[in-house]
Amino acid sequence: MLVPLSWLKEYIDLDLSVDELVKRMTLAGMEVEGVEYIGVEGGELPWDPDKIFVCNILEVRQHPNADKLVLADVDYGAEKPHTVVTGAPNLYQYRDKGPLSHPLKSVFAKEGSRLYDGHQEGRVIVTLKGRPVRGVMSDAMLCSEKELGISDEHEGILILPDDAPVGTPLRDYMGEVVLDVALTPNLSRCLSIIGMAREISALTGLPLKLPEGKPKANGKSIEGRVKVTVEDSQLCPRFMAGLAEDIKIGPSPFWMQQRLRYAGMRPINNVVDISNYVMLEWGGPSHFFDADKVTDGHLVIRPAKEGERLTTLDGKPRELSAGQVLVCDPTGPLSLAGVMGGESSEVSDSTTRILVEAATWEPTSIRRTGQTFKLRSEASYRYERNVDSELLPTILNRCLQLLEDLAGATVAQGAVDVYGQPWQPYEMELPAREVKRLLGIELSAEEIAAQLAPLGFEPVVQGSGPEASVKVKVPSWRRDVQFTADLVEDVARLYGYDKIPATLLPDELPAADPHPELELEQKVRDLLAGAGLNEAITYPLTNMEWIARIDPAAADPSKYVRLANPSTPEREFMRHHVLTSLLEPLALNLREREKVQLFEIGRAYLPVEGELLPNEPLRLAIAMAGPRDLLAWHTPSNKQVLDFFDLKGVIEMLIERLGIEHQVMVVPCNDDPRLHPGRAARLVRAQGRKLGKKPVPDAAPLGVFGELHPQVRQRLELPAQRVAVAELELGELLAMAVEPRYHSISRFPATIQDFAVIVDRSIPASRVQAVLDQAAGNDLESITLFDVYEGPQVGEGKRSLAYRLSFRAADRTLSDETLVKVRAKIIKSLERELGASIRA
Amino acid sequence: MAFTEDIDALEKRALEALAAVSDLAGLAEWKSTYQGKQGEVTKASRGLGALPSEERPAAGQRINALRTKLEAAYEQAEARLKEAALNQELEQDSIDVTLPGRKPEVGRLHPTTQILRQVSEIFSDLGFQIWESREVETDELNFGLLNTPPDHPARDMQDTFYIETPPDAPKVVLRTQTSPGQIYAMRRYAPEPVRVLLPGKCFRNEKVTARSEFMFYQFEFLAVGRNITMGDLKGTLNVLAERMFGKGTRTRLRPSYFPFTEPSAELDVSCFICKGKGCRICKHSGWLEIGGCGMVHPIVLRNGGYDPAEFSGFAGGFGPERIGMLKYDIDDIRLFYSDDLRFLEQFS
Repeated sequence: MLVPLSWLKEYIDLDLSVDELVKRMTLAGMEVEGVEYIGVEGGELPWDPDKIFVCNILEVRQHPNADKLVLADVDYGAEKPHTVVTGAPNLYQYRDKGPLSHPLKSVFAKEGSRLYDGHQEGRVIVTLKGRPVRGVMSDAMLCSEKELGISDEHEGILILPDDAPVGTPLRDYMGEVVLDVALTPNLSRCLSIIGMAREISALTGLPLKLPEGKPKANGKSIEGRVKVTVEDSQLCPRFMAGLAEDIKIGPSPFWMQQRLRYAGMRPINNVVDISNYVMLEWGGPSHFFDADKVTDGHLVIRPAKEGERLTTLDGKPRELSAGQVLVCDPTGPLSLAGVMGGESSEVSDSTTRILVEAATWEPTSIRRTGQTFKLRSEASYRYERNVDSELLPTILNRCLQLLEDLAGATVAQGAVDVYGQPWQPYEMELPAREVKRLLGIELSAEEIAAQLAPLGFEPVVQGSGPEASVKVKVPSWRRDVQFTADLVEDVARLYGYDKIPATLLPDELPAADPHPELELEQKVRDLLAGAGLNEAITYPLTNMEWIARIDPAAADPSKYVRLANPSTPEREFMRHHVLTSLLEPLALNLREREKVQLFEIGRAYLPVEGELLPNEPLRLAIAMAGPRDLLAWHTPSNKQVLDFFDLKGVIEMLIERLGIEHQVMVVPCNDDPRLHPGRAARLVRAQGRKLGKKPVPDAAPLGVFGELHPQVRQRLELPAQRVAVAELELGELLAMAVEPRYHSISRFPATIQDFAVIVDRSIPASRVQAVLDQAAGNDLESITLFDVYEGPQVGEGKRSLAYRLSFRAADRTLSDETLVKVRAKIIKSLERELGASIRA
Repeated sequence: MAFTEDIDALEKRALEALAAVSDLAGLAEWKSTYQGKQGEVTKASRGLGALPSEERPAAGQRINALRTKLEAAYEQAEARLKEAALNQELEQDSIDVTLPGRKPEVGRLHPTTQILRQVSEIFSDLGFQIWESREVETDELNFGLLNTPPDHPARDMQDTFYIETPPDAPKVVLRTQTSPGQIYAMRRYAPEPVRVLLPGKCFRNEKVTARSEFMFYQFEFLAVGRNITMGDLKGTLNVLAERMFGKGTRTRLRPSYFPFTEPSAELDVSCFICKGKGCRICKHSGWLEIGGCGMVHPIVLRNGGYDPAEFSGFAGGFGPERIGMLKYDIDDIRLFYSDDLRFLEQFS
C-alpha cells in the first residue's frame, strides 16, 4: 500500500524522521519496502526552493517566429513578471486574449533548476540553461508533470488549482514522501491511512486525530425512497445505503487528485474519487449507483442464479454462477457485490442522483468470485481480508459529507441499515504468565495492559502477582484475534522483538529415531563424487514430448501424476524416472564439453491405483558420456570413451561399499526400450548368493543400467557417442545395506593360481566365475578376471577368460598337495559344467 | 736407501693413478693393480727379503704405512665415486616439476546439498533430528492442518500447483513448503517433546525469474516442548547465523505473518559482507532477509497432537538457495537447477 506521508500526518503529529519512521514501522510488522521522495530532499530530484515556484500566468502571446510556441508572462512572486517561451498545447487557447481574467496557476522553474528532460525516454536529469528560442530569450520554464517527476505526462504544463499560493516554493506546496508498505494478510486493519495511523500511534504513543465526517443532510428523508432487501445475511452481514441528489459531476479538487495519485490511484471525477478517497482513508469500500437507474430505488442482495448475466464496469459481459453475490434491483443484477459494479447503473456525467452503498460481504465468496473472473479490485482485496461492519456508518457518512462538499449534493436525511449479522463483541483474558511462557520475558499485567491499550483493546488488569491477568475487549476491527497467542503477538510487536533476550533451548534433549538411510544417502553422494561424478538436482516435472523421445511407449499421459495448473506445458507431468530429468542437463552440458558425468538422488512419482497420493521411491540416476581420460600431456590420445563398464564399475563400487554384494546380481537386459539391447543389464536381488552357492535371481529388480539405445540418443540430439546411464532403486538398496564385519587377518601366506578358461563365447563371464567360486572351496580369498581374449588361438566361437585366484587359509600355510587337489577340482568343474578347457 | 725411494715412488704413482680414476670400474682396476694379490704393493713387499736385516724393520714399517695409506685413499675415492654415480643417476632421473600434475577426477556435490549439510550439522548439534516427508501432498496437510483453510487470503502468499484428481477427491498439491512434515513429526512424538529439521524440495506456481523459481528447497525446523519460548527461537537463530555466516553475525526478528505461527517473524542477519555497514548485497540496509519463523500456532500444535496450554514451540522455514545466493554472490536462482557444470563446478 502506498502511503503519502502528508496524508498520514493529517491523523497523527509525527515528529520522527522518515528513516526512523520506516525503521519503527518495519520492526512492528509493517514492512516499508520502498520510500519515494517526490520533489523533496532524499529523492533523486528535489525541487530547489530557490528556483521552482508556484506561479500565475498573466497573459499568453503568440511567439513572433514560431507557430507552435507561445510567450507566457508569469508572476512567480518576484517584483515583475517574467516571460517564458513554451510549446505547451494547453496554453494555446489563451493565445493573444490579452491579460487573463481568471487565475491560471502553474509551476515556474528558473534558470539553473534541475529537472527531468521532458523529451527523453525515462528519467534523465538536465539543468535548465538560458538560450534564445527562435529569437526570443528563454531562461525559465513552465513545467510538465514529467519534468517534475510526478508522472510521465508531458502533453502540456501542469495546471495547479486557482488557490495555489503564488511565489511559494513548489517543494513546500506539493513535495511528498510516499511510503510503500507491504502488508501481510493479517494486517487488513492497516489497509487504510487511518488504520496505519492508529498502528503508528500505538507504536509511538503519539495521539490519533480522527476526522469528523457527517453530512448536513438537508434533503428529503430517505424513508420510502430507498429500500434494501438482503436475502442471505451470511453473505452480506451489513448493508447501508444513503442518497445524494443534485450532484454535479466534475473534476475533484486538486488536493484530492494529488493524494489519490500519490497513493497509486488515477483520479476520474469528483464522485468516483470520493469513493476511492474514503476507501483509502478509512479502509472501507463503497459503491455508488446512479439512483435513477435503480428501479423503484429497491436494492435486492441475493446469490446469483446459474447462467444469469451482468455486464461489469469494464464493459465485459459475464455469465454468473450460483452462489456469487449480487446487488440487484427488481429487474435484474446491478453489480457483482464487493468485486465490481455493473455498467447499467454506473455513474455517468449526466448522473444527478446517487445511491451510496456501504456494505460488508462474506470474504470467501468475494475471493471465489474474484478468482473465477480473474478480477481483483482494491475493494475486493479489502473485502477478502475482512472489512469491519462497525465501520460502515463512518464510511457512509464520510462519502455523503464529501459529496455535499465537493459535488454539491443534497443528501437525504437518514440511511437504510440492514444489519443481519451484528458484531458480537467478545472479551478475552490474557494471563501474564502466558506472555512469559511464550516469549520468555517477564512483563507485569500492568505493562501488558499498557502495550495493548493504544490498539483499542480497553485492557483491565485483574488479580495481582503471578496470577494476574489482563482482560481485553477485542475491537471490531481485530477479528483476527482469536487466541491468547494473538494477543501475545501484539504485546511482543509493540514491546519490540529486539528486546526479547536470546536464550538456549532448555537442555533436555527429546528422543530421536535412528535414520540410517539418511546417513547412507550422504555416503552414496560422497562415494559418487569421489568417483568423479557431479551431483545434479533437476526439476521432477517434465512433458510427454520429452518422455516420448526417451521411450515412445511411456508417453501415456494417463499414467502420470499430472498438474492441474502447470505454469508451462514443458513442466506438466511428474516423472516416472529420475533419469528422464537427468538427461536434460546431460544434453545441455554435452553442448559445452565432451565429457559429462552426472548423478542425481531424487524421487520418482508413481500413481497407485486407488490411492490419492503417488508412491515416491528414492532413486539414483547416473549419466556419463565422453572420453575416459581428459586431454592432458600424460594422456595425449584420449580416444577411449566411457562405456558400460565404466558405469558398471561405479555401481559395483557402490554395492560393495553398501555391503550388499552378496544380496544382488547383474543379469543381462535386452528389453528396456531406452537402452542398447546388447549393452544393458539389470540389477536384481539374488537369493542365497554366498560364496560356494549358485545365485538365483529374484523377481524384484533393483534397477537397470546400460548404454542408451542409439535411436534414443538420436532423438535426444545427443552427440554420436556412447552414453552410459543407470537408474537404481536407491531406497531399497539403502534398506538392504549391511554394516561391515571384521574378519581376522591371516598370518599365513597367500598362494596364487591362474586359470585361462576357454569357453563358448555365449557363456557369460558371471557363470564362469560362479563355477570357479563354487569349486574353489573355502580357502579362496579372491578372484580377479585379468584377461579376456578372442582370436585364432582359442578357436571360432570361443573365448579365453584368464582368472587369478588367490588362496589363503586362516590357520595354516596351504600345502602344495591341497592346492593341486583344488586345482584339479576346479578344472573338472569347469569342464563338466561349462565344457571349458584350460589353456596351459 | 733405494728401497725406500722405490716405495715413495710407488706411493706417488698409486695416488696419482687413483686421483685419475673416474668411475667405479676404474677404481676396481686400480685396486687390483696396486692392492691385489699380484699387485704392485705385494710385488714391492717381496723386495723386503733382499734387504739387509737391520734395514728390514724400517722397510717393513714403510710398506705397512703405504698399505694403510692406499687403503684410506681407496675408501675415500670409493665414497667420492659412489656419490658421483648417485648424483648422475639422480640427474638423469630429474623432471620438469612445472608440468601439470595428474589430477584425480573428483566430482562435486550440488551447492544446495552442501548448504543443507551444513545446516543439518548445525541443527544436529542442537539436538534436532532430520526428517523427510513426501513431496506430493494433500491440500489438508500442506495447508489445512497448518491453519490455512481453503480461501484463506494467506494462500495468496504461496501460488500452488494442484494435481489433477477426480472431481470428488480431496485436493492434492505439490507441497509449497516443508511444513507438512511438522504435522507428521509432531504426530509421531506427541505428547513427548520433539526437535526436527525437515529439508526438502518445494514447488510454487510462480513466474520464473532471476529471483524466483517454481522449484526450490526449504529446510524447516521445529521444536516443541513444555518450556520453549521466543527467546529460545532467537538463541537458536543466533547459533545458526554465526555458524552459517561467520562469528559476530547478528540477527534481527521483524514481525511478520504466517498462518502457522503466532507470533510470526522474519529473520534478518547482519550483512556478512559489509558487517552491517551497508553494501550492494544488502541493498545498503546492513541486513539480509533470510526467512520466516515464529512460535507454533495453537491450532497447529493441536493438530499435531499437543495441548497448546501446556506445550509451546517454535518453527521456521528457510531456503538454502537464498543462503547460497548471499554467501556466494549468485545473482540468478535459475542457475541452481539448470545443472550447468560451469556453475556446479564453482562450488568446492
